[in-house]
Amino acid sequence: MSQAAVHSAVEPAETPLTPESWGKLGMWVFLVGDAIGFGTLLASYGAMRATSADWPSPYEVLGINLTAFMTFLLICSSVTMVKALEWLGRGDRIRCRTFLAYTAIGGAIFVGLQAYEWSKLIHEGLHINGNIWGSSLFGTSFFLITGFHGLHVTGGVLYLLAMIRYVTNRPDPMASYNAVEIAGLYWHFVDLVWIMVFTFMYLL
Amino acid sequence: MATATGTHKHPNYMMIFWWLAALTVVELAVIFLPLSKLTIGVLLVGLALGKAALVAMYFMHLRFEVRTMGLIAVTPLVIATLLVFLLLPDGFAVDHKSFTKKPAASAPAKH
Repeated sequence: MSQAAVHSAVEPAETPLTPESWGKLGMWVFLVGDAIGFGTLLASYGAMRATSADWPSPYEVLGINLTAFMTFLLICSSVTMVKALEWLGRGDRIRCRTFLAYTAIGGAIFVGLQAYEWSKLIHEGLHINGNIWGSSLFGTSFFLITGFHGLHVTGGVLYLLAMIRYVTNRPDPMASYNAVEIAGLYWHFVDLVWIMVFTFMYLL
Repeated sequence: MATATGTHKHPNYMMIFWWLAALTVVELAVIFLPLSKLTIGVLLVGLALGKAALVAMYFMHLRFEVRTMGLIAVTPLVIATLLVFLLLPDGFAVDHKSFTKKPAASAPAKH
């Protein structure tokens, strides 16, 4: 029997190949499906770009100063997320909630900056059905992929707020450890996907 | 692996953070280097995969999980790579010059 089985919050692993937490496995399976979705979107973006003669230079149209800051912000929020889990593991629910709140605030700022970026680009002439720089698919793919990611961040912020409540309602810190770790998986995935989106859509 | 209380080992997260921040700065510097587009592209993809691996291994604790989780996590990368190779022929098949040289309106159509 796994050592983790001594605590009721973590299920016993059935074999050495199965994880201690089925919830964690479920989240990983969900994230794999989501990753395939994002991978397909980015691969399609690459194919559209490769077959287009008038694809605008993303660096010149989109700019990278703001998005570089947004990347840094998401990395910071990933650190606050693991810190929340670390404090919960040490039995400090208050610090855990504080770091969860920091993470949610980081995510909310990210979404706000993305809304600002979108409105600025739309004002400059980038639309979902066309733009002044070249291929109309440039705008379509930009809004589709960054919008899909932005929805994930928004969902993540709501998820984090729910986790703050979840931790608050459970006096035993270990009773919510598994759930917070699973929420962390989702949040880090959102960060990981942004690393790819930033590279493929802004830098390349 | 999980400990007796169900918690993970916690690596030095600040070290991972500084690595991620440094790699992001390197990414931003790479695009200004006087290198070919292909070289810059390869460097950027390599750096992005490195950052993604750091997030998955340490922040998502994949390094401390059973091997099954690692295999599940790698699946989308394999599928995405296959998809890229499937789509590559489309990029090579298109003659970009045909887009830039538009025939004059009065010119007769060639068959």
